[in-house]
Amino acid sequence: MSTLATTEIETDQPKTVPAGADSTRRRSIGRVIAWIVMIAIMIFTLAPFYWIVRTALSSNAAILAHPATPWPVGFSLDSFKRVFGWQTGDAAIAAGGSGQSINFWLYLRNSIIVACLVTVGQVFFSAMAAYAFSRLRWRLRGPVFAIFLAGLMVPSIFTLLPNFVLIKQIGLIDTLPGIALPTMLMSPFAIFFLRQFFLTVSREVEEAALIDGASKVMIFFRLIIPMSVAPITTLAVLTYITSWNDYFWPLMVSYTDSSRVLTVALAVFKSQTPNTGPDWAGLMAATLVAALPMLILFMVFARRIVNSIGFSGIK
Amino acid sequence: MASELATGAVPTARSSTGTAPRRRRPDDTKLALIFIAPAAIGFIVFLIWPLIRGIYLSFTKFNLLTPAEFNGLDNYRRMLLDPVFWNALKVTVEYVVINIGVQTILALVIAVLMQRLTRSLVARGIILTPYLVSNVVAALVMLWILDTGLGITNQLLGFIGIDPIGFFTDSKWVIPTIAMVNVWRYVGYTALLIFAGLQTIPPGLYEAARVDGASELSMFFRITMPLLRPILALVLIISIIGSFQVFDTVSVTTQGGPVNASRVLQYYIYDMAFGRFQFGYASTLAVALLVVLMVITFIQYRMTRAGQTDLD
Repeated sequence: MSTLATTEIETDQPKTVPAGADSTRRRSIGRVIAWIVMIAIMIFTLAPFYWIVRTALSSNAAILAHPATPWPVGFSLDSFKRVFGWQTGDAAIAAGGSGQSINFWLYLRNSIIVACLVTVGQVFFSAMAAYAFSRLRWRLRGPVFAIFLAGLMVPSIFTLLPNFVLIKQIGLIDTLPGIALPTMLMSPFAIFFLRQFFLTVSREVEEAALIDGASKVMIFFRLIIPMSVAPITTLAVLTYITSWNDYFWPLMVSYTDSSRVLTVALAVFKSQTPNTGPDWAGLMAATLVAALPMLILFMVFARRIVNSIGFSGIK
Repeated sequence: MASELATGAVPTARSSTGTAPRRRRPDDTKLALIFIAPAAIGFIVFLIWPLIRGIYLSFTKFNLLTPAEFNGLDNYRRMLLDPVFWNALKVTVEYVVINIGVQTILALVIAVLMQRLTRSLVARGIILTPYLVSNVVAALVMLWILDTGLGITNQLLGFIGIDPIGFFTDSKWVIPTIAMVNVWRYVGYTALLIFAGLQTIPPGLYEAARVDGASELSMFFRITMPLLRPILALVLIISIIGSFQVFDTVSVTTQGGPVNASRVLQYYIYDMAFGRFQFGYASTLAVALLVVLMVITFIQYRMTRAGQTDLD
């Protein structure tokens, strides 16, 4: 496809005719309209985030009176106090909260533990497998890799129920390892992603290391991993975010505070607020606090994440 | 992979004829087995085994407390006569059509605009932001923004004289609303996939077309769309498969209501398993979803291939 395209350019390139002034002006008007559309899309994308902040900084009573005021109304940090559990039960109920104590720090800790277990495990074990699939020579390499790739096709819904039964049978229900285990050992995508990069490490460098007496294991740790720091970091950040945001599986596995992660806690927090007068300020404060770590991570690694997106589509 | 094997063989062959000490062709089978062991265990225990077990459970009566009891095709018979299942399938398809339709068109517009206007990382970052927050966060924000009484959307509609809309409480609105919530969350991601595809189209093609006096619109239909078709098809497969598994948004916002208006398949499966502890029947429903996804993948795969041969 691309070869076809390049030949066409070569044949068409020479006959450069200056474009009329009229058409340039029309195009620049088009550009202005295009920019307006683009900026409108960006505003729509970001507006909900602004509304989270605006609501979280307001007081519930003032929101009732001024639901459409564009800035925070009845400015108050009480909703954050409610989320962090720094407010007494009575004060929380008075502000429209549930009055239940919220173990925010516990949920945060749980989310961090699960996301770290999944990320470190999945990236490391997938890197090992990717090394075997890219740099080691063994007879069934091709067919076994094809089977792993086929695993990409299995929709997660299908493995969730049987996996729940399995986790229950091995007694890991309502534990953090129980949440982490199914995704901790590998993901077909991670193996595929890293294999692509490991394949690009030059044979000559590897040969030289072998001649110097390095073993294949040392080559993996001393050569392949250091040379692939960039893709490994990208994969790790993406895995961390995915694991942090996961909801369905932790919802199935955890029942008590001891294993509740932030996403599940957030949904529970919502279901506990009174239906008659929901604690919107508190809910938005909790939402902001739950989303903030990933938004910060994104700002730090934006370039890597954004540039890696194309990879999953093009393959 | 074949080409990689071929290039890999060259240095080995060269070194065997030269002064290099290693002559034998390396065989790393033992080491390779050790290196793939953890991933293989994960793959078999948490992917292959559940796949087999899920199919087995779909033929059983199983409530988690007592051992699964084989009951043949009973669950499948029940499913075919279950009006809630058919409604769930209908609602899910409705959701997928709205979600994918709006999302793909909007993503295409964003991707083309970005390609023609800016390569800015900031712009791409902004578009991607909703993708970085969880479905739960997205659902909660939208629940607030689209609230019937106090939500800003209905307040603004009120200013121009439109009666409040029960986005999550009116059975007519609930599926389109959930679809739009997920469009907000995923459209940037889809746009960046398409944008990556656009980058593979040589810019010279557009230069040449412009010299020939082609308009933006005709360039879009004559150059962009035909060359993008294989990638667009792939993006569609990914997003349709994801879209069929909608759960988080429904679980946080409506829990399947009002009545069954938003009881999508995956929520029905969850409800059957964890609300009513009918794991056998829930597994049968999951098999049905799997079959639907396989059929769609197959059809799309065929269509993609047809599209590619069309191009050459």
